[in-house]
Amino acid sequence: MSFMKTILGGAAAAALTAGAALAEPAIIYDLGGKFDKSFNESAYTGAQRWADETGESFAEFEIQSDAQREQAIRRFAENGNNPIVMAGFSWATPLSEAAADYPDTTFVIIDGVVEADNVRSIVFSEHEGSYLVGMLAAMASETGTVGFVGGMDIPLIRKFGCGYAQGVKAVNEDATVIANMTGTTPAAWNDPVKGSELTLAQISQGADVVFAAAGGTGVGVLQTAADEDILSIGVDSNQNYLHPGEVLTSMTKRVDNMVYDAFTAGENVEPGFNVMGVANEGVGYAVDEFNEELLTEEMLAEVQAAADAIASGELTVHDYMSDESCPAVDF
Amino acid sequence: MDKMPPWADAVLVPLFSLILAAIISAIVILLIGEDPWEAVKLMVDGAFGNTRNIGYTLYYATNFIFTGLAVAVAFHARMFNIGGEGQALLGGLGGAYAALYVPWPHWSLAILGGAVASAAFGAAWAAIPAYLQAKRGSHIVITTIMFNFIAAALLNYFLVGPLKAPGMEPATETFPAATHLPSFETMFDPLWKAIAGPEADVIFQRSPANITFFLALLACVAVWLLIWRTRIGYQIRAFGWSQPAARYAGYSATKLIMTAMLISGGLSGLMAVNQAMGDAERLVLNAVEGAGFIGIAVALMGRNHPVGVLLAAILFGALYQGGAELAFWTSIPREMIVVIQGLVILFTGALDNMVRMPLERLFVAGGYGKRPKAPKSPIKPAE
Repeated sequence: MSFMKTILGGAAAAALTAGAALAEPAIIYDLGGKFDKSFNESAYTGAQRWADETGESFAEFEIQSDAQREQAIRRFAENGNNPIVMAGFSWATPLSEAAADYPDTTFVIIDGVVEADNVRSIVFSEHEGSYLVGMLAAMASETGTVGFVGGMDIPLIRKFGCGYAQGVKAVNEDATVIANMTGTTPAAWNDPVKGSELTLAQISQGADVVFAAAGGTGVGVLQTAADEDILSIGVDSNQNYLHPGEVLTSMTKRVDNMVYDAFTAGENVEPGFNVMGVANEGVGYAVDEFNEELLTEEMLAEVQAAADAIASGELTVHDYMSDESCPAVDF
Repeated sequence: MDKMPPWADAVLVPLFSLILAAIISAIVILLIGEDPWEAVKLMVDGAFGNTRNIGYTLYYATNFIFTGLAVAVAFHARMFNIGGEGQALLGGLGGAYAALYVPWPHWSLAILGGAVASAAFGAAWAAIPAYLQAKRGSHIVITTIMFNFIAAALLNYFLVGPLKAPGMEPATETFPAATHLPSFETMFDPLWKAIAGPEADVIFQRSPANITFFLALLACVAVWLLIWRTRIGYQIRAFGWSQPAARYAGYSATKLIMTAMLISGGLSGLMAVNQAMGDAERLVLNAVEGAGFIGIAVALMGRNHPVGVLLAAILFGALYQGGAELAFWTSIPREMIVVIQGLVILFTGALDNMVRMPLERLFVAGGYGKRPKAPKSPIKPAE
């Protein structure tokens, strides 16, 4: 009897611990990998912050190919991981196919939209945040020429560039915006040397503020801008600290907060559609001890006024992806 | 005669190379603090543990068969086609146009149409470097690699522009249902149910392997016939062995370079049938994911022979799929998988002679090599 008890007890304990281990949340990164100094890394930071604070662990996977998307979703869902967070717009199609098969699992997709009862979709209004840093760029520029270095030439990055150009033109209608994309392959997300070259080219055309929306390539942009004594603008995470006093500001896109919130809510993640814009602090401009000397009171007042106007809906920034065209700049 | 018997060359050399690669991989895994034996078990189980995993392995293998054959065919003419990546991208474009704009009544016609369009686009992309090589002497390695970048830019243009489906993603719309190719699940599960009863587990459940695998096997046979059983195949091989001799025999260098490269490009393009029509059912950016380059390793390891290519493709498919499983359940990072694949390529491809020469000496010392050369068997690699 007692032997039986031990066995049953052991089995029950095993089942319990297995259950606890299974319910851990999972995150799947997009192509480009976990440490891309940008989007994926931001997602990782949020997950890691949650793990550090709670002392719990999470499952993670970096995909290598497109065929692995659905595979990764299904493997984690069948393993009992919940919620399963995925970062990147490319997840929309595989998730929309897989989500219905796992009604008890909640999925979170960042940067994409899937309409299903168990999916929380989060998209960011990057054009709004880019508009604000564009205003700051135009106000800080002495030459009236500012630059934009995008990563891979995809609609999402054009959305950044278009918002930025609108912000620049809102301050100085005659300003010139030079927009360059690093490339057309995913390698463009991690090519600091090319980023550096593009920055030098833009400087030679008169640019004295450069906004990098290019993942790991941006590291080269910021470095070259600092070397050449012009200002730069970081992206996604707050990158002001990289070159104190030389980075004007950063367009923050709080992917980390979204992952952190999803992990904190655990299995009770609220499904539905969420837009993270200036109004709910999903995007914004970063002010900290590293760049406060670069921003005057007038600049901050003006950009804050614009932020308030965007938040209240008085000011609408054109979204490139709404009609795939941009009134302020040509790509 | 100071040569090994052909079977040793075809079997032992790759085997020893693989073992060496495995040993170094195990050391690296040990160094990052993981258990290599566990890793091997996970990888093997991940690649072949159940029908679904096998389905993934065969799906990747299908891609690698096409790109491997492509490299092999070109190599028989001593053309080093490293543009498989770009040719496969363009093949995807051709396949996408065929699938989206032709109202196919049934998948059986769609696979034929898609294959023809993919192969034609892939071949067209190989035609320009081939022409430049034949007529202008521009080195094929340089031009094909440059064409990979042009292909990426071109595809990007189409997927951000004319072919883009509404929404965020740079991808085409989903192909019409009639062009969706039957997967292994739809093909084999009813059969399995008939054998094992209706309660049996679903086999190949949701794995991306599809009927294109059999198209790839057909391509293997076709390439073998082409290279070893046709006049043009003979000419290609002769040209590859000695260009002056081939010219002296009256073969046209331009014709042979063009033929070999067009077939090579067409085979690369066919990969898109598996990827775009078979699995994704739409065309996405980066659809090729390096399969064009893995094809080089596959051809090297497979000694440019279809049977070798098939086996090497399955090995690389298993590495790819097993590697993914490894990354799922351990903290071995994704980069480690690339290291393992790289080691396999290094040992089987680049360091080939490191294994072959000692083996050859061994055979010669053992007296095997002194026998008169065996008559050429059809399985013997061309090298």
